[in-house]
Amino acid sequence: MIDPSSPTFWTELWQVLLSGTGQTLYMVGVALLVTVIIGLPLGVLLVGTEKGGLFERLFGSRLVAWVVNRVLDFVVNLGRSIPFIILMIAIIPFTRLVVGTSIGSTAAIVPLALVAIPFFARMVEISLKEVDGGLTEAAHSLGATRWQIVRKVLIPEALPGMVLGLSTTVTSIINFSAMVGTLAGGGLGDVAVRYGYQRYSTIHMVAVIVIIYLIVQGLAVVATSLSRRLSHAPR
Amino acid sequence: MISLSHITKTFGSGDSAVHALDDVSLNVADGQIFGVVGQSGAGKSTLIRTVNMLERPDSGLVTVAGQELSGAGEAELRAARQRIGMIFQHFNLLSSRTVLGNVELALEVIGVDSRQRKARASEILDLVGLTSKSSAYPSQLSGGQKQRVGIARALAGKPRLLLSDEATSALDPETTRSILELVKTISTELGLTVLLITHEMDVVKTICDSAALLENGRIVEQGPLVQLISTPGSRLALDLFPLGAVPPPAGNTIIDITFSGGSADRPVIAQLSRTHGIDVVILGAAIETISGNQAGRTRLQLPGSVENNTAALEDLRSQGLLVELVGGGKS
Ligand SMILES: Nc1ncnc2c1ncn2[C@@H]1O[C@H](COP(=O)(O)OP(=O)(O)O)[C@@H](O)[C@H]1O
Ligand SMILES: [Mg+2]
Repeated sequence: MIDPSSPTFWTELWQVLLSGTGQTLYMVGVALLVTVIIGLPLGVLLVGTEKGGLFERLFGSRLVAWVVNRVLDFVVNLGRSIPFIILMIAIIPFTRLVVGTSIGSTAAIVPLALVAIPFFARMVEISLKEVDGGLTEAAHSLGATRWQIVRKVLIPEALPGMVLGLSTTVTSIINFSAMVGTLAGGGLGDVAVRYGYQRYSTIHMVAVIVIIYLIVQGLAVVATSLSRRLSHAPR
Repeated sequence: MISLSHITKTFGSGDSAVHALDDVSLNVADGQIFGVVGQSGAGKSTLIRTVNMLERPDSGLVTVAGQELSGAGEAELRAARQRIGMIFQHFNLLSSRTVLGNVELALEVIGVDSRQRKARASEILDLVGLTSKSSAYPSQLSGGQKQRVGIARALAGKPRLLLSDEATSALDPETTRSILELVKTISTELGLTVLLITHEMDVVKTICDSAALLENGRIVEQGPLVQLISTPGSRLALDLFPLGAVPPPAGNTIIDITFSGGSADRPVIAQLSRTHGIDVVILGAAIETISGNQAGRTRLQLPGSVENNTAALEDLRSQGLLVELVGGGKS
């Protein structure tokens, strides 16, 4: 039981929240970075290897493109359908292999990225599909290479949609990061469990909820306004 | 500049097969403005897209500026496309880039370095009259301005050939006129060859030297406009100079006379009544300037049956005029 009237209560609360927030931002931040680095090319490949796509002849072969497309599609669907708590436990050996440990904030990054990558890849896929085919055609008519089309046409044009997709992805990473915390991953979820639940501190619980709410809403506002600015739509 | 030879292209197979192009052969000479007209679904877009191989024909040869593109590899094709500009009905501009950025895209693709790129893009924007809009985004432009950007982008890499697929079909008549004027001026200035696709006869009339009529994937007629005009029964000529429905002859003879080149400014009708003493009624007339020459069609009504007017008709024909009997027939 924690005593809010103890003279050190507020400084301790402040420190606990500060380090919890720091850990959460670290886990979410790095997981997000990994998610974008892997999810973006995956999304591009998912769209590109479809029939009529930019890479419908991957390495010169329709079959290769088809196989890659089907495998990616399967993996992405699989990743999205496994409940997070199961995924997190199931991949512990893999996590150890990648970061050398299976507990702590750094270890939490692995399952977080793993759950976010398929999610974000789908978001990227959807945004890319909304790009007008006429633009790809115009770029072809200018003599652009596929790589140039991806870099200079598809990604910039899909960016407003991808930013919104990214903000949804971050929200779900934050959500899952709290769950990771309960398995000794640290962060705000950990604070909520150790102080709010196990030691009955309502103040800790409320503080964690407020902080997470502020982070999620703050991100949403930033993402929406960024997306609107990127889209250069008429006002 | 362009030679298409026996091009076929079929979409789908079996019962649902669409023969978009059926043995199409076409030649466009250097410096010409060549128009292809036809109804929606005739295969016009497919035709123009085979010129830069956005659409690969099933068979036939595509040669542009002496280079056979139908057999070209990917890298070779990209290099060739960099020398062929193309503009589109819906402009196809990147919403993520400014006007200047859109034009620069063409130069980035070619590998022009950043400083030269800016200079060249500004220069071409000046040519299409859009300097003041160079930092605007496409969403802030009117349709006509967007197409000017499209033209600037297409011409930034200094191509010798411009392909235009219904480039004015999304524009109002006034804007259409200004865009056509721009294409005409630029093509003369830069010595550009233009192949344009349209479903509007007006476009052909305004800027084309030659035209082809496409119907169900086949070319029904093609040639220089001046020549088409004086071809009996030419459908393109009829479309160029529509005189409407023929009224009931009621015992009279109705003829269409086609003028072109030198015959246009001769006092044909006055002479007809003077020499043959007949009262000529003018039922309709359509006169245009085509390739710098007056050309047109006049529908006349002569009193009495064809037999009564044999001498007059002979006289007209002997002056080198194209005379077609459209009403009255044999009495
Ligand atoms: N990619 C395609 N797949 C299937 N059918 C097509 C495709 N492109 C064009 N067609 C068909 O080919 C015919 C000619 O099309 P198109 O060249 O676009 O005509 P136009 O430009 O004259 O309107 C149409 O019947 C159209 O439906
Ligand atoms: Mg078309």
